[in-house]
Amino acid sequence: MTKKFTEDHEWIQLDGEIATVGITKYAAEQLGDVVFVEVPEAGASFSKGDDMAVVESVKAASDVYAPVGGEVVDGNAALADAPETVNEDPEGAGWFCKLKISDKSELEGLMDADAYAKFCEGL
Amino acid sequence: MADTDTKPLKRTALHDVHVAHGGKMVPFAGYEMPVQFDGVKAEHLWTRAHAGLFDVSHMGPCFLFLKDGLGEPGGHEKISALIERLVPSNIAGLKPGQGRLTVLLNDEGGILDDLIITRMSDPALDGMLYIVVNGAVKEHDWALMEASLGEDTMLQRADDRMLIALQGPEAEAVLAPHFPEAVELSFMRCAYIEKDSEKYMLSRCGYTGEDGFEILVPNNKSGLELIDDLLADARVKPIGLGARDSLRLEAGLCLYGNDIDASRTPVEADLSWLIQKSRRERADFPGAERILHQLENGADSVRVGVQPLGRAPAREGTEIQIDGEGVGVVTSGGFGPSVERPVAMGYVTSKYAVPGTRIDLMIRGKAHDAEVCALPFVDPNYKR
Repeated sequence: MTKKFTEDHEWIQLDGEIATVGITKYAAEQLGDVVFVEVPEAGASFSKGDDMAVVESVKAASDVYAPVGGEVVDGNAALADAPETVNEDPEGAGWFCKLKISDKSELEGLMDADAYAKFCEGL
Repeated sequence: MADTDTKPLKRTALHDVHVAHGGKMVPFAGYEMPVQFDGVKAEHLWTRAHAGLFDVSHMGPCFLFLKDGLGEPGGHEKISALIERLVPSNIAGLKPGQGRLTVLLNDEGGILDDLIITRMSDPALDGMLYIVVNGAVKEHDWALMEASLGEDTMLQRADDRMLIALQGPEAEAVLAPHFPEAVELSFMRCAYIEKDSEKYMLSRCGYTGEDGFEILVPNNKSGLELIDDLLADARVKPIGLGARDSLRLEAGLCLYGNDIDASRTPVEADLSWLIQKSRRERADFPGAERILHQLENGADSVRVGVQPLGRAPAREGTEIQIDGEGVGVVTSGGFGPSVERPVAMGYVTSKYAVPGTRIDLMIRGKAHDAEVCALPFVDPNYKR
């Protein structure tokens, strides 16, 4: 499946039943230098819109919301020691967690890459 | 500090310069100010290595002077006796051109603001003080000074001029071609300089822990040309509020409204050093009874450095616990780019104000290991 995006600047990519989630390049640039990331651990479950993770820059802490509901099957533990990965490769190695999605229909309202690019231009 | 004011934001004379340099503008102390240019971390590290230019025109520079007797013998003693009614520092003892950090106090000894009071260097201006107060409270401060001292003094606000800070190890070399006097000044000394029939107040001070200067600049073409020249120097970059905050936090310096406010006395804020012996003996400043009692017996809580031991920054408002019991609160916290780890300061119950004391920081409901530490996090680099 192609990558989908939220208005809160998360990306989500579905592979079978499992979706990988992170924050977008735009979000990483807006935050500036990321110095701390707290990702959820396997077993945690979230509804769409719940606080799921925290990302902190030098200046401020920001919440990351669950783009869809589901159960966490893996958190990116590497970010604890290398939070700068979120700046270097936000939509690759800087992923936050993998979710087993509870309701795939929640993906339907999300933007594709073109729509998200237009959305960011308007900000 | 939260900006709850609904009044339209003011702009400093450097607004267009910030925008032209890519500044991201945010509301601060009633003004539109740049929070960052290249990025907080890069700007922070640049300032510690080279020279950073800060616009602090939102602050409150002013001149307070005697209505009668300016420039006459005893002028400084007269104006000092007046301002010392409001602050606990020894102003009378300032040498010409010397400045000192102090605090405005309320009758309970609570801190209304922190400010720098400087004696003018020119004997013809003895009886005049150059005072810089914080931007967010300048109207209150000035109203207090006028109400308390207005019979004998005039207060001339200078916040219609530009106030900039040039901070960092290369600041002196950058400034010297413009102001040869810069080289002669040591920390907390100032000179009021006339250049091309314009007046510039040059003070060797700042709020980053680095050597540097604050300069009151005329708000006109000459002033803007000076700023353009400084920014054209390859050693200088414009720096935003974000890095100003991380620099001052690493330097252990208080932010008014966060680390000090009317609920804290100078003793609690670990600023007892700014109450000189002569003032303690005279006990003639607002709140003296309470403050002297705290100096003798200690205060209930005191400001300390807080070193998180993990990687999670502890922001302002974070509760400090020991064995599940609340013992204090973080008042400023973030990440220190120079020390490459989280840094914070806050208040703890006095018996725990010992460096090395283990504490828990309650971040998002979870305890994170930390310890009380000495301030600052980076050694200052002032020119003594």
